[in-house]
Amino acid sequence: MLYAILCYHSEDVVCAWSKEEDDAVMAKLNVVQEKLTRQGRLGPVARLMPTTAATTLRKDRDPPLVIDGPFAETKEQLLGFYIVDCESLEAALQVAADLAKVNPGGAYELRPVSVFHPSSLPS
Amino acid sequence: MNDLAWIDAALTSARPQAVAALLRYFRDLDAAEEAFQDACLRALKSWPQNGPPRDPAAWLILVGRNVAIDAARRRRKQEPLPDDELLSDLEDAESDLADRLDNADYRDDILRLLFICCHPQVPATQQIALALRVVSGLTVKQIARAFLVSESAMEQRITRAKGRIAKANVAFATPGAPERAERLAAVAAMVYLIFNEGYSAAGDTADARAQLCDEAIRLARLLLRLFQTEPEIMGLTALLLLQHARTAARFDASGQIVLLEDQDRNLWNRALIDEGVALIDKAVRHRRPGPYQIQAAIAALHARSERPQDTDWAQIDLLYASLERLQPSPVVTLNRAVAVSKVRGPEAALTMIEPLAPQLSGYFHFFGVKGALLMQLERREEAREAFNRAIALANTATEAAHIRMHLDRLDQTAS
Repeated sequence: MLYAILCYHSEDVVCAWSKEEDDAVMAKLNVVQEKLTRQGRLGPVARLMPTTAATTLRKDRDPPLVIDGPFAETKEQLLGFYIVDCESLEAALQVAADLAKVNPGGAYELRPVSVFHPSSLPS
Repeated sequence: MNDLAWIDAALTSARPQAVAALLRYFRDLDAAEEAFQDACLRALKSWPQNGPPRDPAAWLILVGRNVAIDAARRRRKQEPLPDDELLSDLEDAESDLADRLDNADYRDDILRLLFICCHPQVPATQQIALALRVVSGLTVKQIARAFLVSESAMEQRITRAKGRIAKANVAFATPGAPERAERLAAVAAMVYLIFNEGYSAAGDTADARAQLCDEAIRLARLLLRLFQTEPEIMGLTALLLLQHARTAARFDASGQIVLLEDQDRNLWNRALIDEGVALIDKAVRHRRPGPYQIQAAIAALHARSERPQDTDWAQIDLLYASLERLQPSPVVTLNRAVAVSKVRGPEAALTMIEPLAPQLSGYFHFFGVKGALLMQLERREEAREAFNRAIALANTATEAAHIRMHLDRLDQTAS
C-alpha cells in the first residue's frame, strides 16, 4: 500500500526559521528520507511554498472562480493531488481548469513547490 | 522543540493579532500592551501544564481582557478573584471565541494597530521604532542596537511616539473601503521602510539590523494573509523576498559592498527567489500594476539571470519607465539610467541624469553613478570629481570605501 504523509505545521513558526535553522531541519529529514530511498520505498517528496503563494480555483461553478489565497473551507476534505510542471501560474490554472471541466465540484488549490525530490519507487 | 521555545514562537506569532484586538478593546496602546504582557505570563504558567491552546491568539486576547478587567475590579473592590477558576473557564470560552475570530475580524484590528504606528503625526524614525516594539514585540534593547542609540534614548523615542498617537485620535470604527486602502498604503510604506533600515546596514551593525529585514518580511506576509487579493501587497512581499535573497552575497568578508554584477550568485537564496517570483506571477493576473510590483519585477529579472551578462536590461529599462510614470522621482530616473547605460551606452545614460543634478546634488548614488558613467567614457577628470563628491556624501564607511576603489582604479589606469 502506498501512503501519502501530509505535513502540517504553523506557517508563522516555520517561516520564521533562519536559513541555518531551516537547513538543519532539512538535513535531518534528508537522513530519514535517504534510508527510505535506498530501500526503494520513497515516492516523490515536495515542500510547498507558504499559503500566501497559493491560488484557489473553485470548480463548483462554471466557469470556475479563481481566488487568491489557500483553500480555506472546512466542509471539503483533501482527496488527492497532482504535481504539474508549468511555465507560469496562468498555465497551471489552465491545467486545473481542464481537470475541473471533467470533474466539477469542490476546489483545487494551486501551490508552487519549493523543494521537489522525484520518486525512487520502482516503476 | 522544548516547551519554552514553542511557547515563545507561539507568543511572537500571535502578538500582532492579540495586541490589535486588545487595542480595539481598551482603545489605549499602553493598556493593550500591558494586558498582552499579563496574558503572556499566564500562558507561560498554563500552557506547559494544559498543553497549547487551539488558537493562541484568541486565548491571549481573552485572558488579556479578563486579567485587565479583573485588575480594574480588584482596584475598586480590593477583593482578589481566584486565578485558577478564571483559567479553567477559559478553555471552553477560547474555542468559542476562536470560531468567531477569523481573519476578517483580525484584519481591520491589525491594520489599525499598524496604521497607528505609522500615523502621519509620528516622524518616520519613531514610526519604525514603535512598530517594532508594539507589533513585532522586539525589546527596546534590540531596537536601540539596530538604530545605534542608547536604550534610554530609544525608550524616550517610543514614549514620545505614543504620546503623539494618543493625541491623534485614530478612529476605532470599522474603516470604509477608501480609508482601508489609504491605511494599507501607509502601512506598506512603513514595512518597506523597516526593511530598508535593515537592508542598508553594513559592517558592525549588519547583524543587529538584519533582524529588521526578517521582521519586515514577517509583517509583509502577515499583511498578505490579511489582504490576499491586493496585488501591491503581493508585490511588496515579493520585493522584500527578492532583495533579501541576495543578503549573503552583498558584502565580502571584510564588510565591503559587492555590487550586483560582481556578486556570487550561488550565494543567493533560491527558495526566497522562487517564492518572490511566484508572488509576482499571482500579482500580474490582476492587471493592476503598482510601484511595488514593478520594483519586484525588476528584482526578479536580476534574480533569474544566472550570469550578469544574461540580465535583460532592455526589459528592466521598460519597467523603470513605467515606474517613472507611476511614481516620478529623480531617484527612479537615476536607476533607469543604469539600465539605459547597458542598453544604449553610457553617453545616453549621462544625458538622462544630467537634468537631475539640481535635485540630487546631495545624493551619494547620483555621484557614484555619474562617476562610473564618466569613467566608462574615459572622461577621467570629471569622473574623479564626481567620485570625490560621492565620498563626501557617503552615508557609511563602506559606501565611501567602495568609491575609493573606483578612484584607485582611475589612478592606476592613468599612470
